[in-house]
Amino acid sequence: MADGEAVETVTPKARGLIVFAHPALERARVAPAMLKAAAALPNFPVRDLYDLYPDMTIDVLAEQVALAVSDFIVLQFPLYWYSVPALMKEWLDLVWVPGWAYGRGGTVLKGKTLACAFSAGGAGGAYGPAGANRFTITELMRPWEQTAALCGMRWVPPFVIHGAGDLDDATLGAEAFRYRRWLDVEALSSVQAER
Amino acid sequence: MDTVLLQVFVYLAAAVVAVPVATRLGLGSVLGYLVAGAIVGPYALNLVGDASQVGHIAEFGVVILLFLIGLEVRPALLWQLRTVIGGFGAGQLAATGLAIAAAAIGFGLPWRAALVAGFVLAMSSTAIVLQMLDEKGLRQRAVGRSAFGVLLFQDLAVIPLLALLPLAAVGDTAIVQAPTGFLAGQAPWVKVVASMAAVAGLVIGGRYALRPLLRIVAATRLRELFTLSALLLVVAVALLMELVGLSPALGAFLAGVLLAESEYRRELETDIEPFRGLLLGIFFVTVGAGLNFGLIVQQPVNLGGLVLGLMALKAIVLLVIGRGFRLTWREAGMLGVALSQGGEFAFVLLSLAAGIGALPAELAALLTAVVALSMAATPVAVAVYERLTRTRAKAKPEADGNYDAGTPDVLIAGYGRFGQVVARILKANGHPTSVLENSVEQIELVRRFGGNAFYGDAGRVDLLRAAGAETARVLIVAVDDREKATEIVELARQEFPKIRILARAFDRRHAYELLERGAHVVERELFEGGLAMASNALEALGWRAYRAERASRLFRRHDLRLFDELRAVWSDEATYASAVRESSPRMDDLLRADVARLQPQAADTGWDTETRYREMRTEPGNAEKEKI
Repeated sequence: MADGEAVETVTPKARGLIVFAHPALERARVAPAMLKAAAALPNFPVRDLYDLYPDMTIDVLAEQVALAVSDFIVLQFPLYWYSVPALMKEWLDLVWVPGWAYGRGGTVLKGKTLACAFSAGGAGGAYGPAGANRFTITELMRPWEQTAALCGMRWVPPFVIHGAGDLDDATLGAEAFRYRRWLDVEALSSVQAER
Repeated sequence: MDTVLLQVFVYLAAAVVAVPVATRLGLGSVLGYLVAGAIVGPYALNLVGDASQVGHIAEFGVVILLFLIGLEVRPALLWQLRTVIGGFGAGQLAATGLAIAAAAIGFGLPWRAALVAGFVLAMSSTAIVLQMLDEKGLRQRAVGRSAFGVLLFQDLAVIPLLALLPLAAVGDTAIVQAPTGFLAGQAPWVKVVASMAAVAGLVIGGRYALRPLLRIVAATRLRELFTLSALLLVVAVALLMELVGLSPALGAFLAGVLLAESEYRRELETDIEPFRGLLLGIFFVTVGAGLNFGLIVQQPVNLGGLVLGLMALKAIVLLVIGRGFRLTWREAGMLGVALSQGGEFAFVLLSLAAGIGALPAELAALLTAVVALSMAATPVAVAVYERLTRTRAKAKPEADGNYDAGTPDVLIAGYGRFGQVVARILKANGHPTSVLENSVEQIELVRRFGGNAFYGDAGRVDLLRAAGAETARVLIVAVDDREKATEIVELARQEFPKIRILARAFDRRHAYELLERGAHVVERELFEGGLAMASNALEALGWRAYRAERASRLFRRHDLRLFDELRAVWSDEATYASAVRESSPRMDDLLRADVARLQPQAADTGWDTETRYREMRTEPGNAEKEKI
């Protein structure tokens, strides 16, 4: 057990989870590429909310179970009005309830890692004091950062693909691969953090 | 002994022997029929004597064929094929006809006779080609589409040719176009008026009288009566046309076109189809029997040269035109070879031409033999062509074209309250949908509101196939009859393993049964309606709409879960009952937990800020951690 090779096998595989929301996936180009890249990682099951709940009726228990058995929870979505699509907000409102996620007795998510992954239409420069959106991505993600904090979770800065509107195929492929690497690396560190 | 019966016996027996051999050799059934006829015909074994009686019945096969072609010619399809028919068809007929005529003048024929021979020989055989393409599965491909267009144009061109033929007769002797019928002795204008009246009567009758009549017949629900009426219709039209001296085939074609848009199209097609096959078979046998072997023995080189020359010329013209219309070399070649023979109308036209003196009698006999031989040679030529090209252009999939636009994605059996909703949503979202409905009243009703359905029993494989079950991706069984639905599901699963079957279930047990018989998805017909009503009821009791809707949806989810859980045990009454008793409380608990979240006083729930505020009030010192 002393040499480095063994360490790989001893470190438990991080149990990842991608919670995905996209109301019009058939029109999207970046999200499918990201999902495809993620599909190569067997420890990252995907819960596609709009596919699971076309009638918008979330199965709270099933969602809570899926969250409870994961170490690294990634929320993947297209950025709409600096926020998540409606169903993902509904999911948050119903599943992350007091007594479970936070508040008295709400410790299920404690120690887990939370991150967001999304594509944004504008180029990187658009998010900042000088850009059209005035605020940085970090600032815009504050509600999520605080959500993680309230639930006692570790927060990882988001994975962003900028300029989603005009990526050529090669760049998109590279970005998708970057997503996969990011998932892999962050999953590992999330396990180490939890230990 | 009845000679007709004896003749029929000989023909049928010969066909039964020869056709399997021919198909076994990969030459197609047409050649088998022709060879069978040739063997028993007067110039070989001479088993049948005078073939004319059977020949007349068999020619009726051509009439039926034209009726069926007419049924396929919806205006929409004509429009879709307009370039193929107008450009391809007209180009082929003109170019081939003139080329043959030029060659004939080269052989020393006077120009009128040469023109007659040219256009008569420019015709190809609809019966042979369509049957061949069907057998090879090429009907929907680019080749099949082009061939259909060319053949359709030729079939239409027969009519003016029949009318123009007398003009080509040598000399000015008044030729009576139609020596039969009660108009025989009348003045020419009477005949013209009579034939125009007949066509007008057919068009008007077909538009306004035919559908109601078929409706009455269909309402009796006697299938054989419907078949009988369909046959009667074709016979009656043929008779009417013969009476006024027009081509019966034309009349049948017209009748077909008039019914092409009607809801009875599929049913007519399916009912008449067997007669077409049978009579065309006999027709080919009689053509074979008419082969004059004496002529072949007398001038084998001459005849062989003519057959080869004719086929080569026709194939080359089509190859050139085909290339002009953007077919690949391979497709254009296939089209040329497939259409290189003379057609069945050539026999009719040749005998008429000889009769009125537009062609010398011995030339007509020679050309008849040429046409028959070219028909017999076609399957061989196609087989050779396929073998030659297979090695060269290997496994290159033919472009499918956009012909599939007309074939439905979805097939719906049953156009009642249920099927209509489904059909309307699918159509509104751009999925071509084909509907079959067994009740005439229902079709009439939905037609009044602009819906459209075909009359027919979805429990018949042939009808499902005709409606597009081979290519459709989804079959929706929406009939209002428990047993019938089960039957259709089982049948469709067997016959069309690729189609996805969605079925309307009467109740829970029926739903299980449908799943067992092969349905992929089931929908209990009153389940969703009941849910919606419950939601309405809660609203009426003063609930807010969203809360009522959610209560209903939660129940829906739990019931569907229970449905899946009990699927394994449904068939056994005792186990089923005990399983229901066992799982029901557990499922009910889950439901209760979910519903509890909806209660205004519920703690630990989403959208609940009150509880959290209360909590925070009892935790002094937590004020700075406050969450909104």
